[in-house]
Amino acid sequence: MQDTITITINGKEYKVKAGQTIMQAADSLGFHIPRLCYHPKLSIEGACRVCIVEVEGMKNFVASCAFPINNGIKIKTNTAQLRRARRDIVELILDNHPQDCHICERDGNCELQHLAYTMGIRKKHFEGQKKNYDLDLSSASVIRDPNKCILCGRCVRMCTEIQGVSAIDYANRGFDTVVMPAYNQPLGESVCSHCGQCINICPTAAFVEKNYTQELFEKLDDESIIKVVQVAPAVRAAIGEAFGLEPGRNMEHETAAALRKLGFNYVFDTQFSADLTIMEEASEFLERVQGKGKLPLITSCCPGWINCAEKFYPEMLENISTSKSPMSMMSPLLKTYFAQKQKIDPEKIFCVAVMPCTAKKCESERPEHTVNDMRATDLVITTRELAWMIKSAGIDFVNIAGEAYDKPCGMSSGAATIFGVTGGVMEAAVRTAYELYTGETMTEIELEDIRGLQGIKEGQLTLEGQEIRIAVAHGLGNAHKLLKIVKQEPDKYHFIEIMACPGGCIGGGGQPYPSENLIPLDQNLLNTRAKALYESDRKNTIRRSHENPEVQRLYREFLKRPLSDKSHELLHTHYKAKQPQGIVSHMLNNLQNGK
Amino acid sequence: MKEHVITICNGTACINKDVRGLQNILEEQLVKLDLQDKVKINVSGCLGMCDKGPVMIVYPGYTIYGGVTEKDITEILQEHIINKRPISRLAIQEDNLFNRFFRIFGDTKFFGRQMRIALRNCGIIDPENIDDYIALRGYEALAKILTDMTAQDVIDEVKKSGLRGRGGGGFPTGTKWQFTADQINDQKYVICNADEGDPGAFMDRSAIEGDPHTILEGMIIGGYAIGANKGIIYIRAEYPLAIKRLEKALADAEAHCLLGKNILGSNFDFDIEIRLGAGAFVCGEETALIRSIEGRRGMPKPRPPYPSVSGLFGFPTLINNVETWANVPVVILDGGSWFSTVGTEKSKGTKVFALAGMVNNTGLIEVPMGTTLREIIYDIGGGLPNGKQLKAIQTGGPSGGCLPAEYLDTPIDYESLAKAGSIMGSGGMIVMNEDVCMVDVARFFIEFTQSESCGKCTPCREGTKRMYEILTRIIEGKGMPGDIEKLERLGSMTQKASLCGLGQSAPNPVLSTIKNFREEYEEHINEKKCRAGVCKALLNYVITEKCIGCGACKRVCPVDAIDGNKKQMHHIDNDKCIRCGMCMNTCKFGAIIKS
Repeated sequence: MQDTITITINGKEYKVKAGQTIMQAADSLGFHIPRLCYHPKLSIEGACRVCIVEVEGMKNFVASCAFPINNGIKIKTNTAQLRRARRDIVELILDNHPQDCHICERDGNCELQHLAYTMGIRKKHFEGQKKNYDLDLSSASVIRDPNKCILCGRCVRMCTEIQGVSAIDYANRGFDTVVMPAYNQPLGESVCSHCGQCINICPTAAFVEKNYTQELFEKLDDESIIKVVQVAPAVRAAIGEAFGLEPGRNMEHETAAALRKLGFNYVFDTQFSADLTIMEEASEFLERVQGKGKLPLITSCCPGWINCAEKFYPEMLENISTSKSPMSMMSPLLKTYFAQKQKIDPEKIFCVAVMPCTAKKCESERPEHTVNDMRATDLVITTRELAWMIKSAGIDFVNIAGEAYDKPCGMSSGAATIFGVTGGVMEAAVRTAYELYTGETMTEIELEDIRGLQGIKEGQLTLEGQEIRIAVAHGLGNAHKLLKIVKQEPDKYHFIEIMACPGGCIGGGGQPYPSENLIPLDQNLLNTRAKALYESDRKNTIRRSHENPEVQRLYREFLKRPLSDKSHELLHTHYKAKQPQGIVSHMLNNLQNGK
Repeated sequence: MKEHVITICNGTACINKDVRGLQNILEEQLVKLDLQDKVKINVSGCLGMCDKGPVMIVYPGYTIYGGVTEKDITEILQEHIINKRPISRLAIQEDNLFNRFFRIFGDTKFFGRQMRIALRNCGIIDPENIDDYIALRGYEALAKILTDMTAQDVIDEVKKSGLRGRGGGGFPTGTKWQFTADQINDQKYVICNADEGDPGAFMDRSAIEGDPHTILEGMIIGGYAIGANKGIIYIRAEYPLAIKRLEKALADAEAHCLLGKNILGSNFDFDIEIRLGAGAFVCGEETALIRSIEGRRGMPKPRPPYPSVSGLFGFPTLINNVETWANVPVVILDGGSWFSTVGTEKSKGTKVFALAGMVNNTGLIEVPMGTTLREIIYDIGGGLPNGKQLKAIQTGGPSGGCLPAEYLDTPIDYESLAKAGSIMGSGGMIVMNEDVCMVDVARFFIEFTQSESCGKCTPCREGTKRMYEILTRIIEGKGMPGDIEKLERLGSMTQKASLCGLGQSAPNPVLSTIKNFREEYEEHINEKKCRAGVCKALLNYVITEKCIGCGACKRVCPVDAIDGNKKQMHHIDNDKCIRCGMCMNTCKFGAIIKS
């Protein structure tokens, strides 16, 4: 095939690389063809028909996202006829859409709204029946609103192609077509892993997180309780984007300041408990390497992965670390260790977590995450929800003076910071495990092999002559691929990190919607967020979890040592195989009805 | 050797008229009259005279008896078999001409204008008896290619024949075969599209029910030509008889070494599998069909890549319609040059139509390309019953266009029909008389395509819905000025911007009725009048001076809309009237009319 071919766009000839679609070629030449269902990371759907163009010799318009260019092809991207057809198409979508933009969560950040604006749609031509479905509020994390759905299918492809979960798909035909879980069972009872990537990929607000901002504002007004909050590492790497700041700006201290201004009594850093997670998990790993327990050990801090594992990999649950996630280690400590230290009645502590994640909402509701019959984490909000709250409270986040996190649970190592990016947990664990095992301090602590956005990454190290093979997967689709290898070769790896979201927590389902010129899953966006965390690690004088003096003090004063009885009581958990309840109950119903 | 053969039609239409019960009675009577040594009973597939069933043919003499009842059986045996006197009262047509490989049913108008290539054996052979097929040169074409022809020879022959796809698209079959053959791949597939979804169409069903082996033979030849070893017949599950006969045919062909390993002792292997469709109209679209076979939701995807490059499971796939496959053995046996003598310059061979609607002879017919609509309706179809005037002819199934009587002399071929504003489609043909309202017809078809739209692309999903709504309001007397223009705008956009053939052709009934019967639309909208008296909301029943005041209409009216004293003219309150028509049916004096 020729490498360069000649194409004509709007009457002018251009030389472009062969093997592209019309849209790709046009993009490279500065013609932005409007689009909706297209996403560069997903398969080509050709469904919305917004990106139609004229190709000489073709009777009908063609979808530029799908149509390959060939030498001599003559394309028109902006004729009166095309503009009118595109406008009609977007208008048809709008006519079957709630059009309640001013009260919609995506107001100002909605691709459909933006498209309607750029197409100059000012009038309604084809009004008629509108879809009218109930909201699906069954999930602890994600709300499904079929009324806002424009059937672009991006969520379906995301859930299937990137995440390999396939919790949702199209059902019914014609005007009644709707995206739903199998058998229209509630999302909360489906195979959904709560990762929230459907929210990020949705051009409208057909999927949104369960929003707790109003409840939280009410709690913040309540003088009788102690409001305590923790912030996950990935939040600081992205929250600036919600305020129009360039991606990759680390807002660690601004976030702490804003949370205090919102009314929290104590602002802690989840990175503190991330260091603690490493202490427990690295110790657990070393125990297993020495023959006590199953290998490979798989990390457990990602709740999306845990949901997935319980439904898809019941046979591998013993491989998963019993260490709780940093969030779920922090909360019980706040209601015990911190409460004792500060002489506060733990019943009065209201424990909030700000997470880049929707699945954390689900994790916080798990019955096993309780402490003395109290819920450990009382409320989880996402990065997006926090950004809304800050805006709503009228806090000038961009210009606010940064503040430090509170002690004793506010100090952290650089190893904890990189928890927020794929490979980070593994890197942090290796830094500590190496020293715990060999007694020597690891010097080359930046593990380039397991950094970056490649789907599956491998590395190895030597622990006193023993070769330790490690692997990292991010995005559940890659996790499926990695675990397939593990099933075939159970001895191939010793230690595996899995994060449900592409890029790890920096690409979490609760992170800010990308600004106008960016798209979700964009590699550059994820890389800049990652860079913010890696830089923060590099600047930190403490870069190994076991060197965190507050963590050392916690062990000294409270937990004794990693894997102690107290640790097991507060910091470890177990997993149960779960059937997607929706499908099971559907099948039972069918059996009872004699179908 | 028996003296007589009675062939009983076992097509679905005749079975629905209990031809099997008649067959039992016939068998009993044969025993009773001691004729079992003289008469052989055969079954056959559909003869095409579906409205005249149950049909049976008595050989020799070729007497076709239609509408046979239980008591006719004894008469046929007594008179025709014993007394050698055919019963003209029961006979439909009589003929005994034979010609070459297929039979021409003589110079009667119904058969005389027909030419049977695809249906050459239908109504003649026992579809469940492979020997019947072989006796009429069945599998001879297969033997010929395996011994005398290379794969390229076969493709060249098909090219030479000028055969075009009978599924509706009319793509040159030989070219398609060549594309697929040119792909270098160890795995290729051959698919027979038997997902006949047009309401009222039964061409494919009858072809399979009447002569399943010709489909198999065609597919095996196709497999040999393109280098495939695997064939799949995708047939809708609603065709149980056709499926049963295909299964029998597959088993018989395999037992005769015509299918499977080393066919007829050659090195060529070929297997055929049956896959059942769940009845979605869109699965007749080739890419949707392929996805359905793959176990996914039947939704079309953008082309290119065409199935010939990347089809089933991503492998090169040759997909042809039932009727196309049925033509293949004839093309091979009698040569492409002979085949190309039939038909018009650009459309070669014959086309099967399901003739339906307000015409005397409804049923299945096969005519040479180039036959005019007039010949089909007035010669083969026997004209319109009850002296009614022809108003429109709808060709091409639910997404075809409606042509007015001016187009009667249009020759049937792909180009002429397209030029006239309709399509060949897969071969539906509906004749409509003056009692039909064209707005209502347009709404009927768009309702079907809307409910069968897969819901993927915006124009088809939303556009057809809005068109349906506009048509509905016109019919209900709520049409507004500008509605016709809206329909035209939506229609042409949907035609040009939809993803697949379903959406691209769905507006045809609307646009063609607007083009050819615009005044009817205008009457509905501006004068609130339906000239055919179909649209109930635009209809008023009026009592004229013929009324003698008997009160019968008053008593029968379910909503008490009629008032009047005895022996005085009555009156209908149009606000109360629900237009049920009971009064008009009841009036013995013809005093009530529609206006």
